Amino acid sequence: MNTALTPEAMHRPGGGRGLWDALTNRYLLRLLVHKELRVRYRGSVLGMVWSYVKPAVQFAVFYFAVGVFLQMNRAVPNFALYLFSGIVAINFFNEAFGNATRAVVGNTPLVKKIYLPRQLFPVSSVYVAGVHFVPQLVVLVVGAFVVGWRPGPLQLLAGVAGFAIIAVLALGLGLLFGAINVMVRDAENLVDLIAMVVSWTSPVLYHWNHVAEALGTGPGWVIYHLNPLTPAIELFHWCFWAPTNGVDYVQPPGLPVFAALAGVTALIMLLIGEVVFRRLDGRFAQEL
Amino acid sequence: MADTGTTRIIVDDVSKVFNIRHTHSLKEWIVAKIKGRREATVDRFRALDHVSFSVDHGEAVALLGLNGSGKSTLLKLISGVMNPDDGEILVQGKIAGLIEVGAGFHPDLTGRENVYLNGAILGMSEEDIAARFDEIVAFSEIEEFIDTEVKFYSSGMFLRLAFAVAVHTDPDVFLVDEILAVGDEPFQKKCLARIRELKESGKALVIVSHDLDMVASLCDRGILLKRGKMIHDGDVHEAVALLRGQ
Repeated sequence: MNTALTPEAMHRPGGGRGLWDALTNRYLLRLLVHKELRVRYRGSVLGMVWSYVKPAVQFAVFYFAVGVFLQMNRAVPNFALYLFSGIVAINFFNEAFGNATRAVVGNTPLVKKIYLPRQLFPVSSVYVAGVHFVPQLVVLVVGAFVVGWRPGPLQLLAGVAGFAIIAVLALGLGLLFGAINVMVRDAENLVDLIAMVVSWTSPVLYHWNHVAEALGTGPGWVIYHLNPLTPAIELFHWCFWAPTNGVDYVQPPGLPVFAALAGVTALIMLLIGEVVFRRLDGRFAQEL
Repeated sequence: MADTGTTRIIVDDVSKVFNIRHTHSLKEWIVAKIKGRREATVDRFRALDHVSFSVDHGEAVALLGLNGSGKSTLLKLISGVMNPDDGEILVQGKIAGLIEVGAGFHPDLTGRENVYLNGAILGMSEEDIAARFDEIVAFSEIEEFIDTEVKFYSSGMFLRLAFAVAVHTDPDVFLVDEILAVGDEPFQKKCLARIRELKESGKALVIVSHDLDMVASLCDRGILLKRGKMIHDGDVHEAVALLRGQ
């Protein structure tokens, strides 16, 4: 029966090049992102406007609680801008990471019935978070211009680098926890916990001065900066807040090194996420 | 047949064992483990037991067996949704699995959007879908509702559209699981005609169905599974007779 078999063309069904396939299948990725956005705002009157309302409220709450009542306003010039540039970064991370973690379980019917590179689901979640980041970025830039934003090219580049670090880190963690979440649903809860911890351990609501005062600039300072989000947010501050009127910017000690380290950490995380995802991928259909 | 002698699917000594876990929560698992309760144990279930066969270009094979005999598991292994624990499966060309019609459909999208999304999920490019869009819609006969959200469709309309997309993906290997119970009789006839067309154009077909008369007329070859073991591979009428005699 096996006459004239062309063994070179035979392949195992399923197993492809994982994350690479997901990233290069741009058409399907675009459709999945579109689907997710449509589904998110189904039956909603305000639709995408919600992605302005939520950060606006969050901003207002933090501004009054931390800026006015805790008087960060006096310690940090243009505190509103300082605060918002950190909030948009942390929101992007939390949304990308949280949705990526729930992505595989959330697409159970597809995972069980049709083979496609499952990395597509976490990747499209990170894309969706990126789409939601855009309106927030617009508001941030407008706000920055109001207080005389004049960034240099290096500062703009720093903003892009900060965004890239967050995106890669969120995707790596999302792949890891998304795969684990198929096996034990505890991963979802762990994600919320991680999201809460990272938002408070990054310099979003306070200035790095306060950390340096408390920890010094020795080993404590280094440990504090091992969280890749900290340098990413400092890059955002340097990009959006530093070049505005009345800010006497002092770079946190060692920022370039910590930023490079954060980039490496994010890439390692992506690698770990992809390896774990691939190992567990073969069991997704039967575990769901 | 034009290209005789091309094997499309090889199933080589394939086994599949399911571990049935009773909990998906870490806490429950640990508590059950400490208390020695049943939830901590893992039940093993052998769904496929050393199955081997191959399917040629232009061949239509019926997978037969009672419920739980491993038919659907085998289709999922061939489509790549699951991996075998033992043995190897090799395929050649593009596979389309109609494991369940409409698995990639989303109720909140319109029919049109679903055609594009599902086409892309089944491996079509944007141009392919655009080129075949009218054909797909014409096949499904729901032209006037194509821009309506799928959640407002009747179940028949939904299945028609999903089936129409699937049969227009132009795969080399076509896996069909119990989907021919779609729609009314005229539509069923149309589906069967389309599947015969696919077969004649040289696709390899693997069909799972409990409608024995239908598969007997559609396929030449029947593979009979019983509790994960292959007990017959040959003429489809013999396979049907064996299954009925069980």
